Amino acid sequence: MAHTDILAIESSCDETAAAVVRDGREVLSNVIYTQIAMHTVYGGVVPELASRAHIEKINYVVQKALDDAGKTLDDIDAVAVTYGPGLVGALLVGVAEAKAIAWAADKPLIGVHHIEGHICANYIEHPDLKPPYLGLIVSGGHTHLIIVEDWAKFRILGRTVDDAAGEAFDKVARAIGLGYPGGPKIDKVSKEGNPNAIVFPKAKVNGSEYNFSFSGLKSAVLNYFNHAQMTGEEVNKADLAASFQKCVVDVLCEHTVQAAKEHDIKEVALAGGVASNSALRAGLAEACEKNGLHLFVPSPVYCTDNAVMIGVAAFHEYEAGTRSGWDLNAVPNLKLGER
Amino acid sequence: MKIIALDSSGLVASVAVLEDGTLLAEYSVNYKKTHSQTLLPMLDEIVRMTELDKSSIDAIAVAAGPGSFTGLRIGSATAKGLGLALGKPIIEVPTLAGMAYNMPYTSGLVCPVMDARRQQVYNGIYKFDGAVLKTIIDQRPIAAADLIRELNEMDPELTRAGVIFLGDGSYVVEPYAKENLKIPFSFAPAHLARQRAGAVGALAMQLFKQGKYVRAEEHAPIYLRKSQAEQERERALGNQNTEC
Repeated sequence: MAHTDILAIESSCDETAAAVVRDGREVLSNVIYTQIAMHTVYGGVVPELASRAHIEKINYVVQKALDDAGKTLDDIDAVAVTYGPGLVGALLVGVAEAKAIAWAADKPLIGVHHIEGHICANYIEHPDLKPPYLGLIVSGGHTHLIIVEDWAKFRILGRTVDDAAGEAFDKVARAIGLGYPGGPKIDKVSKEGNPNAIVFPKAKVNGSEYNFSFSGLKSAVLNYFNHAQMTGEEVNKADLAASFQKCVVDVLCEHTVQAAKEHDIKEVALAGGVASNSALRAGLAEACEKNGLHLFVPSPVYCTDNAVMIGVAAFHEYEAGTRSGWDLNAVPNLKLGER
Repeated sequence: MKIIALDSSGLVASVAVLEDGTLLAEYSVNYKKTHSQTLLPMLDEIVRMTELDKSSIDAIAVAAGPGSFTGLRIGSATAKGLGLALGKPIIEVPTLAGMAYNMPYTSGLVCPVMDARRQQVYNGIYKFDGAVLKTIIDQRPIAAADLIRELNEMDPELTRAGVIFLGDGSYVVEPYAKENLKIPFSFAPAHLARQRAGAVGALAMQLFKQGKYVRAEEHAPIYLRKSQAEQERERALGNQNTEC
């Protein structure tokens, strides 16, 4: 049987990535150049610097993805690229590169939604996962609870109304002096802390009952920390981080379980950079187990930004007949389900 | 020898195909539409019009900077993608030299200016010996007022035949020139006054013959300015150092 091999490119934030994926399942190559070290001195991602690094690295990354897969462009069936959401300048590098490659090599072009990519990361290691199922995407830029109704069809149940969960991790980590990137730092230090040491209030959110809000929690943590510092109280950072993390994990788990019950869905897939957080993985696994739900989680390497997931999502779009034009543009605030 | 040339450094999107001494096709659009949406469809159009076999392209020329950071990267990433897929090198043409090359055989100084905001322009100063472009002052960002002062202080031998300005920085420079410039000056007519990929490609032909090209993976835009974050950080570190 003829295979479908897709060259995928991802540059929406601070990783320059390319991959070759076969039939939406098999990873022939996975190349990621991360810029984290460069952004660390600024305490977060600097968009202009990210864009500059993308353009310097992109050809090396794409060529390595082809070489590692043992492929040339002649062997490739389609070129896929993340066109949103993300940092516009960063997205534009990948979009312009992918378009030029596809055009010059006479290959079809497929623009891919970044969040759709994150969800599809689950198909790599879980061939038994099939729609419909519940998707929880948690990253530095996104917090979405969705129903995956079909391979390329999504319905949003809830999303964050302010900060993304990962953004709250970064901001809290920076404020209490743990540094960047905040997610892994808080995860690590929390292992030595008591998650029940401090009780933070739960946010009430307008709109959908499945919406999230992390801005209020972040402020509560910062107020606690600042107040303690002013009064000269010693703050146990491990307890503080663990209590904050528990609050985030609890609300993510509660909404997921409630949505699964309401919609009578038995399968849940976790995705996004924060899906590599050990407390979230453990917490959600426990909540799913308790409620008779089957949880799917990608390996950490497929949780953070990568191009494999874009190649997987592109395969399903390719099968559905999706093709992008040479005028494909970067769309920084692209909504899920929009084209 | 065949070259594809691209310029998306400013408001104009421009693409061209050249074969040796002939400009086969050129397409320029000076309209507020993002280069991401225009550049490749324009290239596709002229390549189809000229029935060009893409694999016959020998090199890709790009206006490499300075210019709008995002605009430069759209041109550069397009050039790099073409270079990767076709296995061909990139000829990096300095944006301002490419603009100056719109005006060969000019007797006076050629002074392209791009609006760099806050009353600054990106500028280089050039002189033609027939069709041969000579760089008098290499491209750099400069305050419009300083550029006028510099021109006034130049060797009279160079400025005797006056100076012609072109580019979207003309509006920035004009009031300063009217006020203070002591040498004869004029502004280029509409068809020569903006970035044109034809000129970028023609200059690139010369650069290529001099061996001035890079592998596609090596190419990056010439920004001439650090990012704001880097500038602010350096200022902060500088302040710290003086306090120590």
